[in-house]
Amino acid sequence: MAEHALARPGQLAVGPIGRNGLGYWGVAMLIATEAALFGYLLFSYYYNGATQPPGWILEPAPKMFPAVPNTVLLLASSGVVWWGEKGIEAGRRGQALLGFGITFLMGAIFAAVQIYEWLIKPFGFAANSYSSLYFTTTAFHMAHVIAGLIILAALFGWTALDYFSPRRRIVVSAGVLYWHFVDVVWVFVFTTYYLTPYLGFGT
Amino acid sequence: MRQPAYRTPRIGESTPELRARLHAIWETAPGWRGWLSTVDHKEIGLRYIVTAFILLAVGGVEALVIRLQLAGPDLHLLTPEQYNQFFSTHGMTMIFLYALPILSGFSNYLWPLVLGSRDMAFPRLNAFSYWVYLAASIFLYSGFVIGAGPNDGWFNYVPFAEKDYNPGINEDVYALGMVLLGISTTVGAANFIVTAFKMRAPGMSINRLPILVWGTLTANVANLLVVPAVSLAFFLLWLDRQFGTGFYQPSAGGQPLLWQHLFWIFGHPWVYAIVLPAMGMVSDGLPVFCRRPLVGYSLVALGTVATMILGFGVWVHHMFATGLPALSLSFFSGASIIITFPSAIAVFAWLATIWTGRPVITTAFLFFASMILLFVIGGVSGFMTASVPVDWQLTDTYFVVAHIHYVLIGINVFPVVGATYFWFPKMTGRFLDERLGRWNFWTMFVGFNLGFLPMHLTGLLGMPRRVWTYPEGMGWDTLNLITSIGSFVFAIGVLIFFYNCWKSYRSGAPAGANPWDAPTLEWSIPSPPPPYNFAVIPTLASRHPLWEDRLDESEARSSLDRGMTLDEGKETIITTAMDAEPDRIVEMPEDSYAPLLLTIGLAVLFAGLLVKLWLVAGLGGVGCLAALLLWLWPRQEMRERSPEPRKIGEPAHG
Repeated sequence: MAEHALARPGQLAVGPIGRNGLGYWGVAMLIATEAALFGYLLFSYYYNGATQPPGWILEPAPKMFPAVPNTVLLLASSGVVWWGEKGIEAGRRGQALLGFGITFLMGAIFAAVQIYEWLIKPFGFAANSYSSLYFTTTAFHMAHVIAGLIILAALFGWTALDYFSPRRRIVVSAGVLYWHFVDVVWVFVFTTYYLTPYLGFGT
Repeated sequence: MRQPAYRTPRIGESTPELRARLHAIWETAPGWRGWLSTVDHKEIGLRYIVTAFILLAVGGVEALVIRLQLAGPDLHLLTPEQYNQFFSTHGMTMIFLYALPILSGFSNYLWPLVLGSRDMAFPRLNAFSYWVYLAASIFLYSGFVIGAGPNDGWFNYVPFAEKDYNPGINEDVYALGMVLLGISTTVGAANFIVTAFKMRAPGMSINRLPILVWGTLTANVANLLVVPAVSLAFFLLWLDRQFGTGFYQPSAGGQPLLWQHLFWIFGHPWVYAIVLPAMGMVSDGLPVFCRRPLVGYSLVALGTVATMILGFGVWVHHMFATGLPALSLSFFSGASIIITFPSAIAVFAWLATIWTGRPVITTAFLFFASMILLFVIGGVSGFMTASVPVDWQLTDTYFVVAHIHYVLIGINVFPVVGATYFWFPKMTGRFLDERLGRWNFWTMFVGFNLGFLPMHLTGLLGMPRRVWTYPEGMGWDTLNLITSIGSFVFAIGVLIFFYNCWKSYRSGAPAGANPWDAPTLEWSIPSPPPPYNFAVIPTLASRHPLWEDRLDESEARSSLDRGMTLDEGKETIITTAMDAEPDRIVEMPEDSYAPLLLTIGLAVLFAGLLVKLWLVAGLGGVGCLAALLLWLWPRQEMRERSPEPRKIGEPAHG
């Protein structure tokens, strides 16, 4: 007589515990497809740039102020939001509120400075394909910053309502992961538009 | 009720009491409320299948009109502009609105059943994916019905798609509609990927996945990564058209070839995405009728994955005639030739399965087996054009049209119709009529080959594709007439198929749980399956749980009637990604209007963008946001800290 293989698990988690759960996978998928989207945006820039004569880049020496401090601000916000997440993990609600709140402010300042940069650019959206790509790519990033800010606001509100505990907090971890993505992808956008002209691309 | 964080699942038998309890938990509400809010993967899968078949019929009628126009030289049934819209809309419909959605439909319906789960990983996302597909189909067709359909071919090359040459609303509808459709495809892809890795019955380790799952999983990994390319391409086109940007315009420092790169970076993996799941259907269905397991399971699975990986690196073979550097041509030509190796593995596996099996000739078998022949013909003509000099000779001729139809009808439509004959009894509890089935198969098979085999010759004789009509005496007249006759014979075959579905759905012979004596999990449950799929979660001991006594590959037997009951809520099990060890109990979402509301928000947003009413678009955006918040609001029973909710009518101080 053959034996039946029967899964007889002991204690199993019910629903997500910590960051382990389907939702985290879902956000990872979202990030994968969005990362690909930014990949194609940057591909478009490099491909158009590589096939155009010099002079295509309308700002061959992009100003480092306020772009560099703004980049540092955005990257630093990743650390702050991580600290806020630690607050949830440790059951310290005040720390979490502070962390999400400050991250929100840093993100909002980044967005405001970026809008200021748009306003002082010497070229418009449709000046040539360089300017179109610059504005489109940074606007796509801006859309992600705004999505991230909405997520941060929701996390702040839900934390204030005391929805999360150290075990039941996947929403926080997933939202924080998304914010890290918003920050990391900016490094690629920044490198492409602000640094590669100095390395000789397109100039 | 608040859920405890940990629990030991009860093990039990599949009893009538348990089934009644699960039925009450999982059942969708009756009436329009349930219809609009259901998240049941079987319901969503069937909607996908029905919608895609309707669009197949619509696209087919367009094809017949085209074939009437081309039946003889110098015909004037259509004006050139109408002809452009007909062939573009035909391509758009078949490639984007039929070919992938039909496979998503089958996979949606079948995945949880073959994986031993009670639903997909993200049931609401699944509903959302369908609603957006429906909305995008209506959106994309809204142009055609007012006489402003896409008119630049399904791959929509610039500069003709730009506003200077194409001032109507045609291309704006197409561009925005494709971005909308991309959302559906992308969320569907995410759902399939997570489901494949997490939502399997215990014991269904990665080397026991049905090939259908391998095919759909691989295709959707590709979709997740390449759909953004085409969405971006269309979005940039829309900006070019509406805001005077110059992404694709040389006069503004843009690059027309950027369109072709972005489109084909998506387009070629997409071709594999719309055949690999269908090949998976054949790999799972054909062996049942050969009364033996598939030959070379591991090789077929690995070949599927390898095909897709190489498939990312062949897109430039659509651009051989655009004057790219020789190095680039050599690389992509080499890759396009090498890709035949992994994709041919399945062919040999199927042949060996038939050869060493005891074939039972059913209609499903005929469709599956004939697909091998069509695949080889389509594969060889593709292999020919992978060679640069041959491609230069044949590009933009009817040879390429013949190739794409052998690939898409041969490797998509034939397996899909076969799969319908195979799985229809599971979905409805009734057989499709076998006698009509024979008529169905032979009319489709003869009609298809009569129509498309001579088309290779038409192409070799130099007839360019996409011409509205052609003069007499080019040597194309007879060939075109034969193709037109073949297309109508083929259409009759498809009509017989639809008639068979309709008739058998109402009065087909009843089928039991396992009418084909098939080996996999979906056949272990009643036909049609109950809302909860599996009364107890099965445990697998092999790849063929229902053939174990016969194959006797090992001592262990799968446990199908005894397992975790998971009846304390709308629950199923998730398992580890590779070995499928039980990992956690997961609470599935209840039916929800959020997916429909989000779709309505998106539709309003896109309609607003199309007519450039920014206020409307903004309202749509706000609607999306509200629907998303409703969707993502943390569930009460999953919170530990906020106070336990009181039942209605319970005193505040009990």
